[in-house]
Amino acid sequence: MAAVLGTLSVNLLMFLRFFYPRALYEPKVKFRIGYPSDFGFGVDTKFQNQYRIWVVRNTEGVFVISAICTHLGCTPDWKASENKFKCPCHGSGYDPEGINFEGPAPRPMDRAHVELDPEGQIVVDLSHVYRWPKGEPSQFNDPGAIIRA
Amino acid sequence: MPETNGTNGSAAGNGAGSGDGNGNGGGQKKLATVLADAKAVQTRAVEELKETVKAPEKTDVWKSILRVKHDETPRSRALGVLSNVFLHLHPAKINRDAVAYDYTWGMGGMTFFVYITLVFTGTLLMFYYHPSKVVAFRDILYLESDVPFGKLLRNMHRWGAHLMVIMVELHMFRVYLTGSYKKPREFNWVVGVLLLVLTLLLSFTGYLLPDDQLGFWAVTVGTNMARATPLLGHDGPFGAQMGMTAFNDVRFGLLGGSIVDSNALLRAYIWHCVAIPIIASLFMIVHFWRVRKDGGISGPAPMMLESEIKEPKKV
Repeated sequence: MAAVLGTLSVNLLMFLRFFYPRALYEPKVKFRIGYPSDFGFGVDTKFQNQYRIWVVRNTEGVFVISAICTHLGCTPDWKASENKFKCPCHGSGYDPEGINFEGPAPRPMDRAHVELDPEGQIVVDLSHVYRWPKGEPSQFNDPGAIIRA
Repeated sequence: MPETNGTNGSAAGNGAGSGDGNGNGGGQKKLATVLADAKAVQTRAVEELKETVKAPEKTDVWKSILRVKHDETPRSRALGVLSNVFLHLHPAKINRDAVAYDYTWGMGGMTFFVYITLVFTGTLLMFYYHPSKVVAFRDILYLESDVPFGKLLRNMHRWGAHLMVIMVELHMFRVYLTGSYKKPREFNWVVGVLLLVLTLLLSFTGYLLPDDQLGFWAVTVGTNMARATPLLGHDGPFGAQMGMTAFNDVRFGLLGGSIVDSNALLRAYIWHCVAIPIIASLFMIVHFWRVRKDGGISGPAPMMLESEIKEPKKV
């Protein structure tokens, strides 16, 4: 009896493990997007389709917003005429720096790690993001969250 | 078959034309016998055929398939139900008040009918649909615009799916209103709740399959909710403490990746077309069986017509 149950439980664990693949074929999370001087003041949407990011320059420097709504993960639209990001799924709104101001979004959109390679190009790493959860200190001023250039 | 062999042998000898008179004469005699036999068989066959047409229920074929003679007696009617694999899940007899539509709404039976329709149309759709990111949406356009009756099938499947969700909920509402979840039917209520969940899962997994914007974002949203699962989701309570990340939590297991991509489409397809229908069918068998074992469809107290009331026997 114990042997049967043991065999069955091991089989169940094997069955569950089967659903977690080791190798993935997903888009790159670390990539180069050009020089800081390529990006003017405001929101640049040219990498939205390819990498699902927006490159933003404000008075402090250049940073990269991960284009994922913090509510349930849709891609918001950049509405240039209204100067805001608007999520088509449930209506969350974000200002040009990705800070939420309307709708169900619980926090600003995450920002990707950015650094300059020896050539001076911006390298974006989406596997390392900076957050500003509600009621917690912002990570947006951490080193690597923004390129002050 | 020595007789036949002999005939053949003689005929062959005859054909060789060696002038063997004896062999020739014997062959003709035997041929005549065989012809007479054949004629007798033919006559018998025609007679049997006539009898079969006249009374097919007396043939062995008929009896072996149907077994029970259909007399207008309660016993033979009950046997007719019991000895049929498709009918035997039903009770042999039910109270006529228990199937009053104003009481049951017929929702359980109609839900099952819609489910059968969905299995059938869904299987037909599988002949043209490939669960791959490259062609899934193209296959839907192809079905909609070019496959003969493809648009009809797809829409039957789509609207049937919506209808099934609505009917399951109405059925549950009826069961609740009539108190049919009470003893001895508590177990079947729980089975019914599981069937409701399975119906919703079928609906949800089918949503992604067209691979259009609506389904893609719906599943993105739906599976992102799984991030917030306690303990097993990487954004849920105690998820971080359990060591959950976007690459090992419950959402990853559902999608086969950290994003809704080709693995997710294939998984949704297999859950939708194979796994969940099998699980749901098993639960349906239990559900229908229990309806019967718990005393049939619950209904108002049995009623008697005035004409059926018999005088009590006087002792």
